[in-house]
Amino acid sequence: MDVKAGVLEIIQDVTGEDMSNQMDENLFDSGLLDSMATVEMLLALESRFNIQAPVSELAREDWDTTNKIVASVTALMG
Amino acid sequence: MPNLQPYADPNYFVYLLLALVPLAVGLYFGKRFVTYEILVSLVFIFLIFDDKGHSGQGIALILYSIWQFCLAWGYITYRKKYNNGLVFYGTVALSILPIVLVRLSGAGIFHAQLSLLGFLGISYLTFRSTGMIIEARDGAVKDFHPVMFLRFMLFMPTLSSGPIDRYSRFAKDAAVAPERSHYIDMLGNATKKLFLGFVYKFILSYYFGQMVYPYFQSMAMSDAHHGMILSWWLIPVAYSYGMYLFFDFAGYSLFALAISYVMGIESPINFNKPYGSKNIKEFWNRWHMSLSFWFRDFVFMRFVFLMLKKKWIKNRNTVSTIAYFVNMLVMGLWHGLTWYYVLYGLMHASGMAVNDAWIRFKRKHKGLVPHNKFTEGFAVVLTFHFVLLTFLVFCGFLDTFWFHR
Repeated sequence: MDVKAGVLEIIQDVTGEDMSNQMDENLFDSGLLDSMATVEMLLALESRFNIQAPVSELAREDWDTTNKIVASVTALMG
Repeated sequence: MPNLQPYADPNYFVYLLLALVPLAVGLYFGKRFVTYEILVSLVFIFLIFDDKGHSGQGIALILYSIWQFCLAWGYITYRKKYNNGLVFYGTVALSILPIVLVRLSGAGIFHAQLSLLGFLGISYLTFRSTGMIIEARDGAVKDFHPVMFLRFMLFMPTLSSGPIDRYSRFAKDAAVAPERSHYIDMLGNATKKLFLGFVYKFILSYYFGQMVYPYFQSMAMSDAHHGMILSWWLIPVAYSYGMYLFFDFAGYSLFALAISYVMGIESPINFNKPYGSKNIKEFWNRWHMSLSFWFRDFVFMRFVFLMLKKKWIKNRNTVSTIAYFVNMLVMGLWHGLTWYYVLYGLMHASGMAVNDAWIRFKRKHKGLVPHNKFTEGFAVVLTFHFVLLTFLVFCGFLDTFWFHR
């Protein structure tokens, strides 16, 4: 399964934005991801990639751009 | 023995900084003198509680620390092998039990003697210990280190009023000495924060808190004594309290950060120009940030996660609205069990729900609402005044104004 395509699709579902041309845009600073959307994204990532999402220990600096989310998910998939 | 309340007067800084010199020299040369750091922390905590008026609180702090030590030790040990939800919630309940009892007795609901369990800083220490148990549940804290636990719990600069740090973050800083160039930057930053703190706390907060705010309070009270239900004087009461609260708390936080930095610990910042926020959600990303982020991560996000995962409620807007109310109500109650803290929480939760509804409306009707420098300025002014209104409730003056004339 292509992690990048899956992550992009989930981010588009949650924020309504296609981030494929802005992989390094900060999703928190730009206001695209608020806490609510973050949880929705984590839940979607959990079920799609079969990973355990780190809710309350979420280190935002590791999850603040699409590229970093792809990297974090890949790392969690082991 | 002198009695020294944290950051209360300029002398305190002289004593504290002198005591920290050996630690700073050590850090400069890449060495962290842990025993000395603990000693300084303990001595300055002791000096808070060493007179007759405070000694009871000192004993309460010791009992509290032993209680939390046992809970954290017990739970982290348990968590290595098992992960039962009931045990987790039970441990969290035991962890917040002391502050719940203190708040209940403070409100006169429970045995008044229980207020003896309280001490300066109990509300902030609760975040440290309860947060640690939640982190252990999530696997962010895997091992119990007795000494590191006590260094974290009794870290003196932020003991009485935050900023609220997280164990996993603190332990990373505290395990090593920072790089020399980085430590020099931290010292420079600490100096800046210290002097800005002096301006905030000893000049501006003093001016608004000791001179302006009481004056407008007395003017409003004279209207109250004439039987009036509202008074125009409540408006300057709100402005002056808003200024006082910001400069007092932000000043205090700057001191706590400066001293943390000198000790080589980068405690999280607490304020980032909050009164320039364009909406209420942004406000909570800039006001008392370490508290609101704690609530965001440990209350709001967990609550939302649970709701959505178990599919108890499907509609995302309903979930987030309920979560705002849970989150802000708990935050209000944490301050104390009074009608005005509860109302304060409800007002902020409503503000966030309205804010979300407004964003949805704008998304649905693109182009209908103009967006320019003027509307942004209007949003800042509107947010600031909504916040002032909630602070007028929060400060408790309305309780005096209406019910204790």
